[in-house]
Amino acid sequence: MPKYESWTPERASEIIAQHQNQKGATLPILHALQESFGCVPLDVEPMIADALNITRAEVHGCVTFYHDYRREPPGRRTLKLCLAESCQASGVRALEKRAKEKLGVEMGGTTADARVTLEAVYCLGLCHSSPAAMLDKDVYAALDEERLDELLKEAQS
Amino acid sequence: MTRIYISRDSGALALGADSVAKRFEQEAKERGIELEIVRNGSRGMYWLEPLVEIETDQGRVGYGPVKPSKVDDFIEAGILEGKPHDKCIGLVDEYPWFKNQTRLTFARIGITDPRSLQDYQSHGGYAGLKNAIEAGPDGIIEEVLTSGLRGRGGAGFPTGIKWRTVADTPPQQKYIVCNADEGDSGTFADRMVMEGDPFVLIEGMTIAGIAVGATYGYIYVRSEYPHSIEALREAIDTAREAGFLGTNVAGSGFAYDMEVREGAGAYVCGEETSLLDSLEGKRGEVRAKPPLPAHIGLFGQPTIINNVLSLATVPIIMDRGGAFYRDFGMGRSRGTMPIQLAGNIKHGGLYETAFGITLGELVDEIGGGTYSGRPVRAVQVGGPLGAYFPREMFDTPFDYEAFAARDGLIGHGGVVVFDDTVDMAQQAHFAMEFCAIESCGKCTPCRIGAARGMEVIDRIMADEERQANIEILEDLCHTMKLGSLCALGGFAPYPVMSALTHFPEDFGAEKKRLDAAE
Repeated sequence: MPKYESWTPERASEIIAQHQNQKGATLPILHALQESFGCVPLDVEPMIADALNITRAEVHGCVTFYHDYRREPPGRRTLKLCLAESCQASGVRALEKRAKEKLGVEMGGTTADARVTLEAVYCLGLCHSSPAAMLDKDVYAALDEERLDELLKEAQS
Repeated sequence: MTRIYISRDSGALALGADSVAKRFEQEAKERGIELEIVRNGSRGMYWLEPLVEIETDQGRVGYGPVKPSKVDDFIEAGILEGKPHDKCIGLVDEYPWFKNQTRLTFARIGITDPRSLQDYQSHGGYAGLKNAIEAGPDGIIEEVLTSGLRGRGGAGFPTGIKWRTVADTPPQQKYIVCNADEGDSGTFADRMVMEGDPFVLIEGMTIAGIAVGATYGYIYVRSEYPHSIEALREAIDTAREAGFLGTNVAGSGFAYDMEVREGAGAYVCGEETSLLDSLEGKRGEVRAKPPLPAHIGLFGQPTIINNVLSLATVPIIMDRGGAFYRDFGMGRSRGTMPIQLAGNIKHGGLYETAFGITLGELVDEIGGGTYSGRPVRAVQVGGPLGAYFPREMFDTPFDYEAFAARDGLIGHGGVVVFDDTVDMAQQAHFAMEFCAIESCGKCTPCRIGAARGMEVIDRIMADEERQANIEILEDLCHTMKLGSLCALGGFAPYPVMSALTHFPEDFGAEKKRLDAAE
């Protein structure tokens, strides 16, 4: 179960220093920060810019371009439901509605108790057994209402 | 000692393979049975996963799907001695769905332990590299040209010509980049290779490095594939320890090393120039071409950028020869294509076969029709930017040119089946919506066109000046197709226009309108 450190400039510069000497270091740094803090805080951007000798605008542009990076840590568990064509063909639109209703959130939202963040994802590469979902890093396929309900229960537990 | 095989492919894990393996381990312990569980790749027959294979004197006997809760029943029934069971499919190698394929790129997948270098080598692994070292750079490129191999990412550009271009640039730092940003819905072949046979990709990239004088490589893997990333990182370390990567590859004097980089959820980074910018640590915006990546690629240096399947096919070409590979296929589509059957389909999975098989054979015979049991209405081939085909076009052979001639594309080889409950106007709307979400924003036709496209389709669906709006949509698609910088905006019109052309009734435009025009 992912637990995130609370962010401090000291810890952030440590992480940046670990990754800044590779070529094209921006994404590896951002991934590492998010792994530790659960998000990429706005305040970390000038630190990355300094370390890589690029502008703050370039860092900001990069952080906001990629769907993966967040500004706030997610809930304790993240449930990604695939909404791409193969899953659409296999009934995910109804499952999406069900998941939203059961959790009481929209896509991208986190439940009030901060247990679950629900996200849309466009393809998990499990299209042979659609619909598919990912709970943190565990994968689930051939979802139907029953399996989705089990998954939601697992996510909320 | 009984040896059994349970896949570690994430497709199998998503269906419970880990729990099944755990149950077998526990049951064996309790019953005092000596059991070796090998975690192999997947055979690609996912409706049978979790598939448990028992090694017998005759070969591997398969049982599937095996539910975790039913493991003790299977053991009671004597499956560890290869006894019959109603879930038994017999010898897996002889099972028609598997046996009728031509597995070249996927020769080892589902058979070997993907983490074992020894297993890889005892099944033909690194034989290609050995020949490549003997052939030298020119010899390798000649062999790849002879094979007729074309880029399996979707564009279908001849791999050998790309390699020749990079080889012809003056000696300097050059790079090999593997595009493993497999984002198309309906595709999973790259994932299966990375998880099921990671050494073959490493070997293919090493051969590419020797061919063009590149000493370093990157595999850019999408973040949605954590299992692939883990498998590759482990395999790269193993290959390096064994001397297959480093300053003196397999004692050849050639230097080549590589690493894995993780994407960050941007579909457009599957476009090669956008991927290069992302690797450089920038926003994944598409570059204008020329210059080609072959001349000015990663960090401004000459770069080969190829899809996973293209690179993973190189070892067998170097092992068996370019002519061996070329002799499969039809027309200008040579060799085999790992086709991925997906969506609402009974037998979803990976089917590698020579080019030329028809769409109808794939969907009805091999795929077994829909999972829901309802009639097939539409099939989307080639991912979110591929055209929707109606049943009337099921005679189209799987071939780059044949699909292009029918305003479609084979792309990365994904086939997504829809039954008769599909609303094609909604699918057209989604194609525009997806393009709007994923557009990198650099060129206007894609950035603005996709958003306008959604609005126009909304108006058509709401019956507002339907005929006039259909004409606007056609015009918009024309602009996007010809005016976009890359395939995202340029191909989004394929699903939209094919839905409109072949399923006009879903847009409220009666079929009569088109009939009258004919």
